Amino acid sequence: MDVSAMTENLQSVRDFVVSHARKHGFPDSETEEIRLAVDEAMTNVIKHAYEYDSSKRIYVSVGSDHENFWVAIQDTGQAFDISNYIEPDVAERVRQRKKGGVGVYLIKKLMDKVEYSTGRTGNEIRLIKKL
Amino acid sequence: MSTFSISKKQQESVHILQLHGELDAHTAPDLEQEILKLMDSKCYNIVVNFSTLDYISSAGLGVFMAYIEELRDLGGDIKLTDMKPSVYNVFDLLGFPTLYDIVDAEQQAVAKFINTE
Repeated sequence: MDVSAMTENLQSVRDFVVSHARKHGFPDSETEEIRLAVDEAMTNVIKHAYEYDSSKRIYVSVGSDHENFWVAIQDTGQAFDISNYIEPDVAERVRQRKKGGVGVYLIKKLMDKVEYSTGRTGNEIRLIKKL
Repeated sequence: MSTFSISKKQQESVHILQLHGELDAHTAPDLEQEILKLMDSKCYNIVVNFSTLDYISSAGLGVFMAYIEELRDLGGDIKLTDMKPSVYNVFDLLGFPTLYDIVDAEQQAVAKFINTE
């Protein structure tokens, strides 16, 4: 599916991914993990890659092989490589009254593997869960 | 499309927000507005009941991250109650149970406020 880069589309993307995760036989607990990871990744695209430019598009696809189920989220905005991300100190962020900065940490905790690629045509984050 | 809403009630000095639906980056500003409204009215004892909240993302958690310290500085607190296991898991992943007062039931949270007055 592809949607405009607006937070109001988060729910329909979550629902899309959840229906596919269930079809692949994931239990509720893992389906919830996939749902949250996809939400966090798409929110990052809206905020960081596109800086809230709702004229931009986000492409979401799901796939699987005999070992893994994955969700790929693609954008054409600024690259946001999560591989250099450092685990946040949540207590310190609360003391500093910061609203966020924990999305990538959650994605990495929730998924078995996260791949990020960037090129001339755009960026892709691939969220992978073992079947 | 938004399935999020908030209902409000008051018990003595305690203001209770009941969350319904799904709390994400789209709906978190609604919760933030409610908390800011309470703070503007000098209502610092806040209970948030999650029993009818089906989903939360880090944007929702961020609202609590942003205001808890200020509320505590002002002599109040936000106490979180009645979470479904799937919602509690998100708080737990980030270590919130050591930072926030998360209790099983709304009345338990209300009593904690009233008994310390």
